[in-house]
Amino acid sequence: MRNKKVIPVMKQIVFYAFVLFFVGVIVLPFIWQFLTSIKPMSEISAIPAKWIPSEINIQYYFNVFEKHPFAKYLLNSFVVATTTTILSILIGASAAYALARLRFKGKKLMLMAILSISMFPTIATLSPIYLLLKQFNLLNTYAGLVIPYITFALPMSIWLLTNFFSQLPKGFEEAAAIDGCSRAGIFFRIMLPLIKPAIFSVALIVFINAWNEYIYALTFMTEDLMRTVPVGIAMFPSNYEMPWGDMAAASVVVTVPLIILVLIFQKKIIAGLTTGGVKE
Amino acid sequence: MIGKKKRYGSLEKTEGRDAWIMMAPAIIVLLVVAVYPVLRTFWLSLHEMVLTDPGSGYPFIGLKNYLEIFNDKRALTSIVFTLKFTIATVSLELLIGFTAALIMNKAFKGKGLVRAAILIPWAIPTSVSALMWKFIYNDQYGLFNDILCKLGVIDGYKAWLSTADGSFMALVITDVWKTAPYMALLILAGLQMVSEDLYEAAKIDGANVFQRFFYVTLPCVKSTVLVALLFRTLDAFRVFDLISVMTGGANGTESVSIYAYSNLMKFLDFGYGSAIAVLIFAVVFIISLLYMRVLGDQITDM
Repeated sequence: MRNKKVIPVMKQIVFYAFVLFFVGVIVLPFIWQFLTSIKPMSEISAIPAKWIPSEINIQYYFNVFEKHPFAKYLLNSFVVATTTTILSILIGASAAYALARLRFKGKKLMLMAILSISMFPTIATLSPIYLLLKQFNLLNTYAGLVIPYITFALPMSIWLLTNFFSQLPKGFEEAAAIDGCSRAGIFFRIMLPLIKPAIFSVALIVFINAWNEYIYALTFMTEDLMRTVPVGIAMFPSNYEMPWGDMAAASVVVTVPLIILVLIFQKKIIAGLTTGGVKE
Repeated sequence: MIGKKKRYGSLEKTEGRDAWIMMAPAIIVLLVVAVYPVLRTFWLSLHEMVLTDPGSGYPFIGLKNYLEIFNDKRALTSIVFTLKFTIATVSLELLIGFTAALIMNKAFKGKGLVRAAILIPWAIPTSVSALMWKFIYNDQYGLFNDILCKLGVIDGYKAWLSTADGSFMALVITDVWKTAPYMALLILAGLQMVSEDLYEAAKIDGANVFQRFFYVTLPCVKSTVLVALLFRTLDAFRVFDLISVMTGGANGTESVSIYAYSNLMKFLDFGYGSAIAVLIFAVVFIISLLYMRVLGDQITDM
């Protein structure tokens, strides 16, 4: 009798211990980074490491914005990622609708082409895009980064939206057509409103991917004031010093909004992430 | 009634045409920003083209750049490193991701928070996570040395990022930290679609835990897992940001992408750099063909 009660409790404890360990390993680097960002200079370089700072020092947060044009980095990232997201969803939605719900020859080929374009390695398009942007004087401009970002954002949008469109129940179009709707009417007045929540999921994922992109941003934004956040942060170290405190503060500044975003929209993000692979 | 049906009939007639009209903007944009550059990279790879030497006239040299790869020790080393990195990270991520997903595949308190925690490493820029971990591996003030010492795993502090093995391990751990949770998330989504009835039926038939895993769970989530695996393989093979920020390719950690990038943007050797880029493209393309085969049936369903 006693065993029967003890074993499930033990199982529960082991289970939660595992979950705690798993989450702990994931979260620990962030906690460490946060603690580093508020430590006095002498405690960052303490040996052995001092975990809990004796006093709170927010100087590094000022450094991030005063020593580096970090606000400009944030603005650059925001402008480029937002423009990329809006453009690729505007262009991608109608294509995704056609792929998901219209019958035409060559559909399978188109889907495969889009999927393979979404997997193009950045490095394989780098030099021609660089030459093009140079030719049109688009290096170090927002347009010059949005254009290459479309290469991965558009196929990604189309692919995810196609999956969402095809999950809508069949027969909507017939009913609408019987009511005298045109193709454009069906798309704009019926399908788009229906797919709105999914568009939001896709937009979040595309935005995060564009926000995090590194190689194109590193190559096409060579002026310091035009850098995006991922590249800007990576350029903090100089030849003479590793400003660990500044880097920690900067990464907290970048991570906190993302944590909030993830906490609020985790269901939407997961819906978007899992639709591509696990449609049964 | 007949009249109404006819009207839909007219929409049906134009279905093929409408589809292409609706896809036209996307197709044009993709041809310009994605397909053209890849073709041009291939074209560049057939030329001797060092931007600092425009006097050469950038002559066509056929496959010479490709042949050079096989004589270039640095290129071959970077390929071997990339393969090692891909195999190590993907297999660890699969193992950890799958295990975590299996354990967490049930309703429990705080599941939402766990899922949010899982998403955070995925959501932050790789360059940021690379910097975070670089500090953790720091030879003097790093958390890694501190914890390992306190646990008694090592006797003294080690300079992890200044040896080849240490750097390799550091890169693998960082990559696994960032993507194994994401893998767990995808597999968890797949597991949740396995019907509870199947397990019940298997239990009644006397199947033990392992049999249930191999005969029920595995076949059901096979396609999800394969898709996740192939995506990860592609990403790992293209690895750039992590290495660029954490080691800069030092101590034998130069990946093919890093080496191709050096040739392109540092030595401005667009011909040879493009040849390596095409090689990466070819490998990625072969891996994605595998992916298409797995997804093939789903695509036909649409």
